[in-house]
Amino acid sequence: MGEAQRVPLLELSGVNKSFGAVQALTDVQFDVSAGEVVALVGDNGAGKSTLIKVIAGIHPIDSGTIRWEGREVSINGPTDATALGIATVYQDLALCDNLDVVANLFLGRETMDRMGPVAVMDEVSMERRAVDTLRRLSVKISSVRTAIESLSGGQRQSVAVARSVLWDNKVVLLDEPTAALGVAQTKEVLDLVRRLRDEGHGVVLISHNLADVFDVADRITVLRLGRYVGTFDAPTADHEEIVGYMTGAIAAERAAAVVAPQATA
Amino acid sequence: MTSTLEHDPRILGEEPGFRGALNGYRRRLRSGDLGQLPVVLGLMAIWAIFAIASQGHFISPGNLVNLSLQMAAIGTIAVGVVFVLLLGEIDLTVGVVSGLAAAVMAVANTKAGLPGPVAVGLGLGVGVLIGLIHGFWITRFKIPSFVVTLAGLIGWQGALLFVLGDTGTINMRDDFVVGLAGTFFTGVWAWGIAAIFVLYVALTGALGRRRRLSGGLAAEPVMVVSIRVVVVAALTAGAVLVLSGDRGLPLSLVFLIGLVVVMDYVVSRTRFGRMIYAVGGNAEAALRSGIRVDRVRVAVFVLASLFAAWGGMLAASRLLAVNQSSGSGVELLNAIAAAVIGGASLFGGRGTIWAALVGILVIQSISNGMDLLAFPSPVKLMVTGAVLLAAVTIDALARRGRAATGR
Repeated sequence: MGEAQRVPLLELSGVNKSFGAVQALTDVQFDVSAGEVVALVGDNGAGKSTLIKVIAGIHPIDSGTIRWEGREVSINGPTDATALGIATVYQDLALCDNLDVVANLFLGRETMDRMGPVAVMDEVSMERRAVDTLRRLSVKISSVRTAIESLSGGQRQSVAVARSVLWDNKVVLLDEPTAALGVAQTKEVLDLVRRLRDEGHGVVLISHNLADVFDVADRITVLRLGRYVGTFDAPTADHEEIVGYMTGAIAAERAAAVVAPQATA
Repeated sequence: MTSTLEHDPRILGEEPGFRGALNGYRRRLRSGDLGQLPVVLGLMAIWAIFAIASQGHFISPGNLVNLSLQMAAIGTIAVGVVFVLLLGEIDLTVGVVSGLAAAVMAVANTKAGLPGPVAVGLGLGVGVLIGLIHGFWITRFKIPSFVVTLAGLIGWQGALLFVLGDTGTINMRDDFVVGLAGTFFTGVWAWGIAAIFVLYVALTGALGRRRRLSGGLAAEPVMVVSIRVVVVAALTAGAVLVLSGDRGLPLSLVFLIGLVVVMDYVVSRTRFGRMIYAVGGNAEAALRSGIRVDRVRVAVFVLASLFAAWGGMLAASRLLAVNQSSGSGVELLNAIAAAVIGGASLFGGRGTIWAALVGILVIQSISNGMDLLAFPSPVKLMVTGAVLLAAVTIDALARRGRAATGR
């Protein structure tokens, strides 16, 4: 961190968002750069999901600025986010259980081939690309022609993540990717998160599980009651301290003081 | 570099070669993935029982030609039902729509004096229109297809009676219309059609295999493709040989198999087909992938009504008449039963178009066999119901086995 010239891939500042009488986000700032994992933590109702949906374009912001590679942009819908290169993997994964891995990876964007008057799907090139992508990400699946319903939770998560990076997305938002996974499967998914980072993606990870967060995150952004508490370098941050900020046991003002030098860097 | 993925040692993948394919098949069977095996075994049992009980009458050329003719109409309707089931929906109107389209065709032909092809085209148009109405209502007002088509079941029955008017029964005499079910291929024609079908199976198998290999992917062993082609060739040749012993290969059976082949291609190779499976599997996921779910739904209901209309006209052609009860008998239930017996799931997203053909073969064989043995109607209905129940039970048990083994 801390190089003066570094421009984050995605940077939000002073973001406000309210739903009727509920102020879901108040003056929130957030940024993620290429090749890093930023964890977004907070208790229930802290605004994590709202922030993710703001970035994904589901909820347009009321006020504040969003910069993409240093340039101010507006995200007014999911297609805007997708066009910028932001992919979101929601908790429900949005996979079709009855279709195989290849079909799910390419759903809605099938590679086509002309066979006389009709356009047919080019299964060979899709399968090759699926195999290449999964191998690159070291996802373990016996066959890309296996139906999703036959895969484990970790494998399903991996397929959903692989789909998000198949189309050259620069920022990947992962909403609770390890919830409901076993120990081995969690490790599988966290390894995948690391590989996305190593490939130069900016990864935003929402998680309730601080052990996972400390395991993979480079920086940790804490939200509490819709307000920005602070961003901490994961290697030097203290577990108890983060919990304190999340629950409010440590006042936000102190946190702001702690992170002030870095936040302006 | 071969395109294989890193292996999780706990997962048993396909091994290469013929032996590997055989082992893989055995393993799938053991884990409850029975595929078409129960239906094929059941069909063989049904044929054996009826062949013996009827002292060979059941498998005589004359009866098998009859069986083919009986299958064609409801089999065509069942193709549309498979489409609807793939979507996870239901269409209860396919029976009455088949009757209504046939009635419109009959009235246009005999009363309005329109030429046969035009009358048939009008009947198909009625099917498309009805499908559009169903699809629009289901997607626009978010009403379950069960309810919309239940209303249709009653309403279109009324339309059928209205179209037929006071006459009640209209007899068909038009050469074109009668020819739909009354044309048979013999000699060179029959063998030529059979050859085209076998060639299609062989070519798609060989070309598909070559494309995968040239793309660096694992492909089916030559042995597996060859065995499939040989089995298909033998069955086709056997069918043509037997049917030629009587009137010949019925045009309406060629229509049915042609429809199944073309629709199977559409469903498995085109983007439209992939969309249908996606919507049937997880409509929300399909929507988020940018698929226009409602358009797919409307298109599928149009196909269901269109094939119902075509099936109804094939039936009218075979029976040489349309009357007030056309399409309101066993057509609906048999078409749905055929699709389900063939392996299409009522919950959507699972099954192939071939389900219609395999299923109608089972249903019609039972019906035909019991007719030969002069079983009374009550027994026929109960046996057909029991077979349907057995088919879905085997599928449900197999699925449970599949879930237990995690495959």
